Amino acid sequence: MQSIAVTSDPLRLETLVGLVSGSGGLGAIATFVGLVRDHNQGRRVTHLEYEAYEPLAVKVLEQIRGEAGTEWPGVRLAVHHRVGRLAIGDASIIIAAASAHRADAFAACRYVIERVKQIVPIWKHEFFEGGEVWIEGATANPQDDAARLEAVRRTCA
Amino acid sequence: MRITVRLFARLRDIAGLAELTRELPDGSTAADAWRELVEQFPAMAAYNASISTAVNADYAKMTTMLSDNDEVAFLPPVSGG
Repeated sequence: MQSIAVTSDPLRLETLVGLVSGSGGLGAIATFVGLVRDHNQGRRVTHLEYEAYEPLAVKVLEQIRGEAGTEWPGVRLAVHHRVGRLAIGDASIIIAAASAHRADAFAACRYVIERVKQIVPIWKHEFFEGGEVWIEGATANPQDDAARLEAVRRTCA
Repeated sequence: MRITVRLFARLRDIAGLAELTRELPDGSTAADAWRELVEQFPAMAAYNASISTAVNADYAKMTTMLSDNDEVAFLPPVSGG
């Protein structure tokens, strides 16, 4: 399995942990698992459908991994994002960050999810009791340094 | 020149199509392709200020000049994670 992937298969935490493991110099692995929640803005969510512009999404995830590598040298990262129909409680994204020390592992893990929400071309189609809506978050601009710095700031907050 | 336009999320719903082809004059930009799309699907005008674009699966500026056979994607604000 690639360490960066956009896939319709169910995500597995142990796969991600395995992808960043394997070096004796590691002292910590931090993970983030994003889940499909049963409510959003007062709506009762029944399920989600995720759509991606897959070739670009993979490239942008690689870019984010590169940014994290600059900010926290030596950190090892794996990111899998799921697409297609997801049920309540399913994992939509799993991030694993391994480092010699816990601070860098936590920081890099948080940074990746903040950046995913800013610039990765993936969209959530929310189905709820009584209707459906496309969720629209950030206008994606991978060159926007202010957004990148905001992600760093949240990471270190 | 002939280009392929890829549409995602609500833009795809508005058009009822994920992909369409367009004949554009030489020298056209991604912005020109977008303007033509909005003429055909006026509901897309709501995205004039929030759209991102990618040419051949790389993020690009709306001022990017297009070439024959390019794939131009229009991306509404993203919501992954």
